[in-house]
Amino acid sequence: MDKKVKVKNLYKSFGKLDVLCGIDLEVEEGEVVCLIGPSGSGKSTFLRCLNRLEEATSGDIEVDGYCISDKKININKVRENIGMVFQHFNLFPHLTVKQNIMLAPVDRKKMNKPEAEAKAIELLKRVGLEDKADNYPAQLSGGQKQRVAIARALAMQPDIMMFDEPTSALDPEMVGEVLQVMRELAEGGMTMVVVTHEMGFARDIADRVVFMADGQIVEQGPPSEIFTNPKEERTKEFLNCVL
Amino acid sequence: MDFATVFMEVYPSLFSGLQMTLKASLLAIFIAFFLGLGSCILGMSKIKPLAWISKLYIWIIRGTPFIVQLFIVKYGVPQVVSMFVDGFNISIFQAAVGTLSLNAGAYMSEIFRGGIEAVDPGQMEAASSLGLPRSRAMIKVILPQALRISIPSLCNQFIITLKDSSLAQVIGLQELFYQGKIYVGRTFKSFETYIIVGCVYLVIITVLSFVIKHIERKTKYGQKS
Repeated sequence: MDKKVKVKNLYKSFGKLDVLCGIDLEVEEGEVVCLIGPSGSGKSTFLRCLNRLEEATSGDIEVDGYCISDKKININKVRENIGMVFQHFNLFPHLTVKQNIMLAPVDRKKMNKPEAEAKAIELLKRVGLEDKADNYPAQLSGGQKQRVAIARALAMQPDIMMFDEPTSALDPEMVGEVLQVMRELAEGGMTMVVVTHEMGFARDIADRVVFMADGQIVEQGPPSEIFTNPKEERTKEFLNCVL
Repeated sequence: MDFATVFMEVYPSLFSGLQMTLKASLLAIFIAFFLGLGSCILGMSKIKPLAWISKLYIWIIRGTPFIVQLFIVKYGVPQVVSMFVDGFNISIFQAAVGTLSLNAGAYMSEIFRGGIEAVDPGQMEAASSLGLPRSRAMIKVILPQALRISIPSLCNQFIITLKDSSLAQVIGLQELFYQGKIYVGRTFKSFETYIIVGCVYLVIITVLSFVIKHIERKTKYGQKS
């Protein structure tokens, strides 16, 4: 199996605040990894380092065969292969749903408009929103927005999808529809790194659960092991609080 | 007091003055828009000297009175340039429009900067994560939203420039106020004339505000109006 993500000894600090203190992690092709842990443990920062939305302080990051930590690489080209879904959706409010999805393929992959449009509709069908193609994001519910955001990321045909707390900003009744889309994606063999507080989702879908605290990986393993038989005290403490 | 008579007498010259006012300020606003956008983008450049040019420009324009700028452009600049280029001159209209543009451009530059800074940083992150380089993200994602945010302030600047154009009468621009002044000089009917002149500005700006409100509503995304 190919390694899609290889992180070695990653450090990240904001000024005097050390957020990540020596992270090592590898993700294989087709693997679904869920990052869990208390807030402030560095999960999101770690994810953002993987496509250099945050510049790592030191360490080696290799994603999809590209060395992200190398200053000389064309990061924009690499980012085309790394889809990202944000907690607050970050849809482009001045564009319709369809245009949101078409933007990057037309601008970057030089896809012609009709082709990109057909692709957008197909993706919207996949997330169950083909009837919203011509609506603006402001006219959608939170769950619908996040499904559009997933479709937008998929439009670039990424090799890896990263999710940064994709359901944390949603009303409870909308969490399910987003998780369902992610579940289908995982079953389709997508390599996924998911920062989440949805323990049920992590248990069902993840191949591996990584528990982070204070900028370090405390414990990792298959969900059955982490959730039912955690070894570290810190993990037990956290799981007692959230389960 | 006889508004009717004064109005009948003065309106042909006021009408030509109004045309000049509108011509000068509309042209100035148009130029200032691009000047402001250019200065704003220059100001955000990572190349420091470029950013300084924008800062220097805004600093000078904001720090000096409009009327001084007018005199510098109309009389100061030609004096210096004619030392090198024989017979160089700047017409009254060119000087008025030029100064109005420079002036409004500096303020618009700051308006655009404010607009860009008001766009959620998540928008740039989302565009970047899709592989868009900064410049493309700026054009496709940030600027359209920043412009929308800037509309009310731009409208305000538009009105200020329209009113400032009356100051250009000091270098001899035959605009609305200038025409009123000439009429008063002949007839001494200050009260009626200046009230009428004021009313014309009021009407023009009210109409303009309506048009801009309309544009603002039209460009609101999400609610199809």
